[in-house]
Amino acid sequence: LLAERRILTVDNKAYAVPNPITPGQVVVINEELCNGCNICIDVCRTDVMVPNPEKGKPPVVLYPDECWFCGCCASDCPAGALIIEYPLNQKVGWKRKETGEYFRIGMKNPPPPNTRPSV
Amino acid sequence: MEGVAMNEFNEKNIKEWPYPVNYGKETEVGADVLVIGGGIAGCHAAINAARQGTKVVVVDKGATVRSGSGGAGVDHWHLACTNPCSKVTPEEMMEIMKDFGEYDYGEFGNGISTYLLCKESWDTLLDIESMGVKVRDVDDEFKGAPFRDEKTKLMFAYDYVNRYCIRVNGGADIKVAMYNECKRLGVEIFDRVMATSLLTEGGRQGARVIGATGVNVRTGEFYIFKSKAIVLSAGYPAGLSIFSTELKGGAAQFMDPNNSGEGTAMAWRAGAELALMERGGVPYTSGGFGYPQYGVGNAHNTWYACKIVDANGKEVPWVDRDGNILKNIEDRYRPAPGQKYFYYGRAYGTRKIWGPSLIPDLPERIMKGEYVLPLYADLPGMPAHERRAIWGLMIPHEGKCRIIYDTYQRAGFDPDKDLLQVIVMPPEKYTYSAWWAAYGARQWRERIHGGGLLFDWDLKTSLDGLYVAGCQAYCSANHASSAVTGRYAGRKAAQYSREVEESGIDRPQVNAEKARVYAPLKQGKGGIGWKELRAGLARIMQDYAGEYMNEETLQMGLTWLNSIKESEASSVYIRNPHELARTLECLTRITVGEIIMQASLARKASSKVLNFNRLDFSEVDPPEWNKLVTLRQENGRIKPGEKSVNYWLIPPNAPTYEENYNKHSGL
Repeated sequence: LLAERRILTVDNKAYAVPNPITPGQVVVINEELCNGCNICIDVCRTDVMVPNPEKGKPPVVLYPDECWFCGCCASDCPAGALIIEYPLNQKVGWKRKETGEYFRIGMKNPPPPNTRPSV
Repeated sequence: MEGVAMNEFNEKNIKEWPYPVNYGKETEVGADVLVIGGGIAGCHAAINAARQGTKVVVVDKGATVRSGSGGAGVDHWHLACTNPCSKVTPEEMMEIMKDFGEYDYGEFGNGISTYLLCKESWDTLLDIESMGVKVRDVDDEFKGAPFRDEKTKLMFAYDYVNRYCIRVNGGADIKVAMYNECKRLGVEIFDRVMATSLLTEGGRQGARVIGATGVNVRTGEFYIFKSKAIVLSAGYPAGLSIFSTELKGGAAQFMDPNNSGEGTAMAWRAGAELALMERGGVPYTSGGFGYPQYGVGNAHNTWYACKIVDANGKEVPWVDRDGNILKNIEDRYRPAPGQKYFYYGRAYGTRKIWGPSLIPDLPERIMKGEYVLPLYADLPGMPAHERRAIWGLMIPHEGKCRIIYDTYQRAGFDPDKDLLQVIVMPPEKYTYSAWWAAYGARQWRERIHGGGLLFDWDLKTSLDGLYVAGCQAYCSANHASSAVTGRYAGRKAAQYSREVEESGIDRPQVNAEKARVYAPLKQGKGGIGWKELRAGLARIMQDYAGEYMNEETLQMGLTWLNSIKESEASSVYIRNPHELARTLECLTRITVGEIIMQASLARKASSKVLNFNRLDFSEVDPPEWNKLVTLRQENGRIKPGEKSVNYWLIPPNAPTYEENYNKHSGL
């Protein structure tokens, strides 16, 4: 999937295709980790994803614009292969109290992840 | 470029619909108790009916394991008055609820569902615990914290003195645990099936309900469910007056995007009596323009009572109910001097039951330059146990907030060090602390209705065989209310199913519904898609039954809805069962829109509590209109009616909550 996108963006061809769906990148799947079990498809309330025609491959994100951002697909993915990405207009920032540095979700060179588990 | 590639990818690879398509193929299913909608209410109903040995079937448009507005989680549970630490009894709580009402319904609030919350919340939590959910602080993470009871390990929110609101550990696991319990009890679950109509005895409007029909949203197959009793636990109609997926997809709708009002519409067509359908929106959800709920700096609900600072680090003070400045953070969790207990909520009603809040004149002070925007939520400035409770316990377990936690953690946000920014808004928007949403004109905001089915102390509707739970019941919405009414309705429906004989379905009624469901496939397809249709319908609701209305606009709205039904809605293009279902939802929205306009015509007075402004009847809350407007259909004719706002305490009901409960609860 990703490889295919890259080809589309680097070659010199142009395509007459519909405008981008927005939001279009709500579900990001790590294809190395995904085993194509389709549990994400089973738990999604709005059928954002459908099975890949090729068995064992990552699901196809068909209706990203219907995502409710409930996050159940990410929570319930047994392989930890799937994350939810908020659209750009939903991202906010924070300020480090001591230093006044400003950070935001999606920034270049972000701080290291906070690995403390939740309760 | 990524987006272009996405479309190209779809075009190339999804040549055929990935599921088998069987439009019209019939499957018949029999049950003692049929549960329509497998959310929080529906799962509790199914479990409790199945425990009584009845054969239970659940039908859900999405995935029962996670669907429903509460499917992703819950972090705190109000009105658990019978928990062993509570210092408030259900009876005492009902005293203040008289003029507050659960969920801002004011004097129009429903006493039955509110009393059930007070009475059975704790039992429900024990129930959930027995299914393997943590509920308490079993891992002793918060040992010694002021909100924790050391003996029971229960944790509380808001009023730490009176302890009736429970912080729920493991809230994000509840739905999965209930799903597994349904399976264990042999409940038969039909996921991806959208219920479309109720079947009645002899096909007659107003007769006993004996089943339902449905259509599979992936395969287009048709289902006929026959059942002795039915629990209607679908979601209430949401996203009616604003629709755009452009900014944040389905999240533009506050409630589950599947909540399009099928339950309300099918009950209406079957002849059930509805109440308060005219109620306007609660003005703090914001369609596509808001931020993720609880996902920006704020001090509301999950974030109560987070320290808020301005751009220079200056703290915004908190005051108690009486306006006295609270010096210490721990005072934000106590009632005011002389106040027995507080119920969190905005200042409302005569009993002064609200708790501490940020200074009410914050907007004026921002205007004067006393506080400099942007504001920040100062988690590092909170005591360690409160910081951990907000960020580590409540955020990850509240509905839809697990990904807020995951997203920020991944991006390197550290609650021990970082101030989360509050969105920048016009100063007047800083009055109410749900700051992710309180932006924009009222008409940009989603309309959240309190309207729904009228019901009695058995949670029975006006139709025999039909019980109601969750937000399908009028003025009953949120996780806790759905849970307790679900349990109760499940018990009552199971009991009823043992007292009645099965009734044969009326084939002409099924045929008519089948024709209705598949009509959009057969019509001309030269028109618009379902999304454009839905946005157009939202515009009609906004313009003609919106913030202000009169007889003329409401009649015009009805004309428009009917006209759209005849033209645009009759030429929508449909390319697969998903689009068929979304189109059927639009038809449902037309029906619900018509009910809302009819109910709005019937209430000839304005009302502050109902967010209801009639320009031609501008007197606000005149005493003679302190009553419920009800509506039902009889032989296709609309029958408006009225009901006392506390009908549950007047004959034939007993005069006290306790007597009615003891007589009806089935315990």
